[in-house]
Amino acid sequence: MRVRSSVFACFILIFEVLGVALFLRGFFPVPVKSSFSSKSKLSDLPAEPLAGSPPNSTRLPQPLFRRVVLMVVDALRDDFVIGPAGSHMPYTRYLVEKGSSHSFVAKARPPTVTMPRIKALTTGSIPGFIDVVMNLNSPALLEDNLIWQAKTAGKRIVFYGDDTWVRLFPKHFMEYDGTTSFFVSDYTEVDNNVTRHLDSTLKRDDWDVLILHYLGLDHIGHISGPHSSLVRPKLLEMDDVLKKIHGSLVSKEAEGSLPYLLVLCGDHGMTETGSHGGSSVPEVNTALVLISPAFKRKAGMERPGEVEQVDLAPTLALGLGLPVPQNSVGRVIPGVLEERSLRDQLRFLHLNGHQLSCLLRDSTPDYQKEAGFEQFRVAEKAHGSWMKLYLEGNTSEVLTNMGKKVLKQYLEALAAMSSALSKQLGKYDMYSMIAGMVFVFQLLLVLLLAMPEALSSAAAVDLPVLSSLLSLPFYLLCLLLASVHVLVCTSAESSCYFCSLSWGLVFAAVAFSSAMFCILISMVTRRLPFGPAVHGKSPVRSSGGEWSLSELDVLLLAGTVGHTLSLAASSFVEEEHQTWYFLLNTLCLAVFQDVCRKYFREQRGSGDEEEHLLLSKDIRSSAHPKQEVVSEKWLALATPPFTLLCCRLLRSLNQTGVQWAHLPDVSHWINSSEHKTVLSLLSALCLLLIYLLVQRRCSLVSKVALALGLLGVYSYRAAVGSVLFPWQRSGRAASKGTVEARFVYVFVLGILFSGTKDLLRSQIVTADAKLKSRGLWEIYSGLVLLVSLLFRAHNLPVLCCGLLIQTLMAQFIWKKLHYDAAQTTIMHYWFGQAFFYFQGNSNNIGTVDISVGFVGLESYIEAPAIFLTALSTYAGPLLWACHLVCYLSSERERSPVAVGHGCYCLALLRSVPAAAYIVLVTVLRYHLFIWSVFSPKLLYESMHLLLTAGVCLVFITMEQSPGSSKS
Amino acid sequence: MRHVTYEQRHKPDIWNRPHISAEAAIMWDHEIRAMASSHSIIAASVFMATVLPAVLVPGFSVYGTHLLWLYSVSAAVAAVSVSVFWLLGISPPTKKHTLGYKLSRLFRSCLYFFLSCLFFHTVVILYGAPLIESALETFSLAVLLTSLTTLRCLCVLGPNVQAWIRVFSRHGAMSVWDTCLQITVAFTLIGAWLGAFPIPLDWDRPWQVWPVSCSLGAMIGYLTGLVVAPAWIHYHRKQLTYKCK
Repeated sequence: MRVRSSVFACFILIFEVLGVALFLRGFFPVPVKSSFSSKSKLSDLPAEPLAGSPPNSTRLPQPLFRRVVLMVVDALRDDFVIGPAGSHMPYTRYLVEKGSSHSFVAKARPPTVTMPRIKALTTGSIPGFIDVVMNLNSPALLEDNLIWQAKTAGKRIVFYGDDTWVRLFPKHFMEYDGTTSFFVSDYTEVDNNVTRHLDSTLKRDDWDVLILHYLGLDHIGHISGPHSSLVRPKLLEMDDVLKKIHGSLVSKEAEGSLPYLLVLCGDHGMTETGSHGGSSVPEVNTALVLISPAFKRKAGMERPGEVEQVDLAPTLALGLGLPVPQNSVGRVIPGVLEERSLRDQLRFLHLNGHQLSCLLRDSTPDYQKEAGFEQFRVAEKAHGSWMKLYLEGNTSEVLTNMGKKVLKQYLEALAAMSSALSKQLGKYDMYSMIAGMVFVFQLLLVLLLAMPEALSSAAAVDLPVLSSLLSLPFYLLCLLLASVHVLVCTSAESSCYFCSLSWGLVFAAVAFSSAMFCILISMVTRRLPFGPAVHGKSPVRSSGGEWSLSELDVLLLAGTVGHTLSLAASSFVEEEHQTWYFLLNTLCLAVFQDVCRKYFREQRGSGDEEEHLLLSKDIRSSAHPKQEVVSEKWLALATPPFTLLCCRLLRSLNQTGVQWAHLPDVSHWINSSEHKTVLSLLSALCLLLIYLLVQRRCSLVSKVALALGLLGVYSYRAAVGSVLFPWQRSGRAASKGTVEARFVYVFVLGILFSGTKDLLRSQIVTADAKLKSRGLWEIYSGLVLLVSLLFRAHNLPVLCCGLLIQTLMAQFIWKKLHYDAAQTTIMHYWFGQAFFYFQGNSNNIGTVDISVGFVGLESYIEAPAIFLTALSTYAGPLLWACHLVCYLSSERERSPVAVGHGCYCLALLRSVPAAAYIVLVTVLRYHLFIWSVFSPKLLYESMHLLLTAGVCLVFITMEQSPGSSKS
Repeated sequence: MRHVTYEQRHKPDIWNRPHISAEAAIMWDHEIRAMASSHSIIAASVFMATVLPAVLVPGFSVYGTHLLWLYSVSAAVAAVSVSVFWLLGISPPTKKHTLGYKLSRLFRSCLYFFLSCLFFHTVVILYGAPLIESALETFSLAVLLTSLTTLRCLCVLGPNVQAWIRVFSRHGAMSVWDTCLQITVAFTLIGAWLGAFPIPLDWDRPWQVWPVSCSLGAMIGYLTGLVVAPAWIHYHRKQLTYKCK
């Protein structure tokens, strides 16, 4: 089957998008959430079970503790407290061995990073990756959590320590002081800032919950590892703090009132090199020590039991007499309850079990089959009959034994339900990920193998679809893959998205994958010299010898490959804009060298044979006065330096990235209120320039519409209050500018409509290339107008410079230096990437400007808001890609297949980094920065892939079939 | 000024070239040997310029007192290259031997040196170096790059822009020394270019401070170029052909 390059590239891209979507679904497991978005309430609690009579009272048993002190020491590994290194904390050691305490090894779930671990400690759930990505814009924790419950119940909470808590729980604390973990090299001050409040707080009596979060130990770990000499004094310091708190709590202990609870725990551990984030044993094992006079005194050291970190949340909730947070998957630690009466113990376990069974019912479709759920039902019934006997006043030995049995049943049910729930969480769905990856790689390989054909002068790819569909290996592969699928899905313990798809879809995927594989094989054999010569004159070999690379080609290839490789380093992902600026600068210098070479050589070696070509051209254009040729030469020579200058100015407009993002930039200066006049002048100038640059190729009607539209943009900005109107009274309040924005939308739609009309007419009625090119440019100018409305006022220079560079480069460089479609496409792509960052974007979700979604809308409407946000975020790459379409199709007389080549190159340029990045993310899935750096970038990459697929669709419509272009 | 014809430039078909005579081969060997020895002298001067201050100046280190190292190396390379190339007599013969002409040549060379410093400074700023802050560091880097590249051009080709353009256009080399110049300059610039890559990494190492990595990269590239140039010419001497003056 012969398909055109553009159709082929578009087809590949669309399927790649599907593959990436499958990968994303596996990479970001959907979190287990209760279907109600509300929070647990005391009134919703189930009644105490009682057989044969109307439900008992729903009241909670008396809380276990009056006051709770939660002391979180960042990176407190289990062996620092209970292991051999525990001698560094003598007082804690004494309490663990002799005091009334319980100590455990609490297992944290990966990713072992502070923020998700705090969430786990307070909500009892295991936060998924997508949670964090989705919540980057609203850092406050909205899920049901312990702190909210405590605050709602009227508990007064005091917090000192890592300011992540303050961001997660704004307005929850009666009193707080956040310390930042920004300076890792500081490990003294950061803890002193916590401890300095301690004395005064411990003296007072006006709080119920005190939370301390010490960061110093984690910082020491990052600097010099767990065996450094700094760890010992730090642990001693922590020990002293614990001693102080314990002493004060003991002295305040009053007869008759409820006891206190002191919890010492770590949020995560650290590896032998001191880092964390992954899932190795030393990172996952944290210490958990509960100290309270409510516990039995211990005789000697016992082996600490193992609990899950999430178990702390229900334990604390029940201990304080609060409902268990709704999404908690933890189970109450039974040791804490052991001194209470049997009735209370059963009641606590029942509450916990009820919450878990509700969550299980909400999150799994066939919850009835779960063993734990059934066990819980049985236990609840037994509990009811036990209660009946108990209330009848029976106090025999039999009753106690029966109660113990119910207790055991409850504990088993809790364990089963908790493990069933946590299996769904915090795990990568590797099968879906691998399936997605395989799809993407098959497609990428087919794309790569088709390169010689797609870039040949015919610009058509011969895909052996039919022959491979009718071949035996195809059916064998189908069978093999289907059986593998069944095997994997039946043996997998955890839920897997790909397995839960319907059979038809899965079979389509299997057939598609095996067909791709067969096509791949047959293409490889065709390429190989010993393969069957399907086409005697393969375009590769005939043109293979002439392939020589210029410096520019080397740079373009090396840059593309180098950028893809650089994505493996988290710093290069964070600072990706630097890579692009650097490459772009080098590109401009290389182009400059090319221009210099062309013009200086032309000038000097007029007798050369190479000049004959140019001479003949000169004769053709001899009508031009010589003056014009000279001025053109100097303009061409000035273009690359001018581009460099523009790039340098734009780069200082918006500082992005991480390391240097805090530096003051031009946009800050220009946005401050005292420079409003400058901003107004600048944006007016930019809009004027945009008009001048864009209007040249439009029809008269569109010109007028464009001018009015740009005026509308200025008045929109004035209405919003970012720029000044010369005749505006200063006292006017800033409005939302809805009317002005809609005014602009009307013109945008008008221009787009007129452009589309021209295009359609050229396509259907008359094959007029001029009309077609005008239609294209009109659509382009409509897009520019829309973007200029969406861009913030300080970003208008980015748009303006972009248009200027496009015009100059097209006029003097790409046309004059005879760059082919592939080179032009790569350059456009690089410029597009650089402009993406010039706009102030970064690989962090936080820089997406969501306010764009409200331009011209009275309230939030999802579909247009998402469309507008995506458009404004990716304005740079999109505008450059659109310019590429316009430029290549206007160059059709030079090379009729340029559009096809351009489309193919664009598809290749986008799929190579996307495919490589998928593999990188899979390999680095336990990396420390997977959440903060790599996951957002993955979302950006997928979004970009999707947009490129859209642009390629436009390419298809633009590419005329060879038959019609001849006419 | 020499007039050069450029027939060879556009006919790089190395396959149809007449065989080099034995005489020429001996001359080539001689030139390559001269090149290798001059390069080793320059490399030794770089080494000395690093070691001597370390002995003499207390508290000297390549990272800590980077600018001092940079200027000492620049000065050493400049002095040694000028003297070595003057002794070898590679620089093109001057037509006039008047003092005035020589002085004007010297003056022009100095001017070119300075202009080249400004040029490199501009390019580095266009690459994203801060404009005002750490301008001294940026300029020092420009001085280093100039003394590694432009100074060598001045020594070999003289203050003659036409010759420079010829050498740095494709197939423009006319002698072993031109090829050597191309190789060392390219290596130095590529070294400096590659040296910028570690800057965004968050390792907090002393050599990531601006402009240490770039100047070290340039220096390493230059030293590599010094080694590679004679070796490459030696191994490709059969394929190399120049249209002689």
